[in-house]
Amino acid sequence: MMPRVYHIDVHDLVRLASLKNVDSMSEPRERIMLPTPSTSHVPYERVYEPAEDSFLFLDTLSSESEKIFLQDYFNQPREGSTSKNSSTPLVVEIGTGSGVVLSFLHAHAKNILGRPDILTAGVDVNRFACKATTETLRAAELVQDIKGWSHGFYLGNILGDLTGFLKPGQVDLLIFNPPYVPTPELPQLPHKEAKTTTTYEDDSYLLSLSYAGGLDGMETTNRLLQSLPKILSCSRGCAYILLCAQNKPEKVREQIQSWGSGWAVETAGTIGKQGGWEKLQILRIWRTH
Amino acid sequence: MKLLTLNFLTCAVKACKSSSDSFPLHPKECELVSDTIPPNPQLIQNVLPRLDWRALSTTASELGFPTLPENAPTLEELQKDEKMMAELHTLLLETSVSEGMLVCGNCGHEYRIKEGIANFLLPNHLV
Repeated sequence: MMPRVYHIDVHDLVRLASLKNVDSMSEPRERIMLPTPSTSHVPYERVYEPAEDSFLFLDTLSSESEKIFLQDYFNQPREGSTSKNSSTPLVVEIGTGSGVVLSFLHAHAKNILGRPDILTAGVDVNRFACKATTETLRAAELVQDIKGWSHGFYLGNILGDLTGFLKPGQVDLLIFNPPYVPTPELPQLPHKEAKTTTTYEDDSYLLSLSYAGGLDGMETTNRLLQSLPKILSCSRGCAYILLCAQNKPEKVREQIQSWGSGWAVETAGTIGKQGGWEKLQILRIWRTH
Repeated sequence: MKLLTLNFLTCAVKACKSSSDSFPLHPKECELVSDTIPPNPQLIQNVLPRLDWRALSTTASELGFPTLPENAPTLEELQKDEKMMAELHTLLLETSVSEGMLVCGNCGHEYRIKEGIANFLLPNHLV
């Protein structure tokens, strides 16, 4: 997929700096003005390249309806809190790849979530993806800094499998663009240190981790779904998860509805409507207090 | 990886989930990096209510930072206490771990940190 019109390359920063009088402008309010983070430094031979699923996340998270939901959800004081402000949300993306989605949220936290004081962290099973995410995030942060605009506070990226190492009940907003393609089998997770140099086979293996989803393309997504009640914050936990048509999205929704009255699920964004089926959709799953 | 991250990390081994000794993980042979970050009292004030203060105190003292008071300061106390604000700024916002290990107090598993990235992938026999 072609980069967006508002794609800004790190090399353009010098030129951007000369435009510094844009300082007097307020932070952008429309999606059309929110720049897509630059990912030109990412080694695409072994890290998933931003594609239509990634861009569906950017468009969904910055849509008017999701902004209204998120700003309301994350600006209410938490139960039992005496302060007027609610505490800082922790935003975690699982499977960051290039880091384009996490960096977008990080850079445009104020526009999307209505507050710049968010903590952001990324998780990936691919060490190269972890490194790439950190670079993408720093570049996006720099663009905001040069314009005198706000951004979140980045904790770092962790090499790991889903959420097993996160303290329960801490994640307020979780983003997951899973390996959703149905495949005869699921590749084994890496369990030793990635080498600094890779062969063609190593690269193919690392890329397969980003798309191969096993049975119905749901083997990894199901594991993540099962961990949500434990991982998401009890007072304001919310997750955005992408599904493709072969993942049987209706069954997924039914599964979440069976969790009980404390949960809700809605389709937040879709792309590629064909004969009544959306090719890709993003579900918003959240605690209703 | 920011030192603050340790407030959200626990041992990935299933058998450790029920043990209180698996949180916080203990830093071992860690190299720290300090980045200069402009003051951000609003962020510190809003992060404070969600912190596990005891875990932060443990992490701070294990890494050789000045001992934190037993209880977290209230918002009013923090706003009046410039020294505490400066200490928390250094600890929470400026300090990162670049190399070293995080050790589980229950099973003793060591998670390696390399180039600021902590490796929580488990060997096959522990998955």
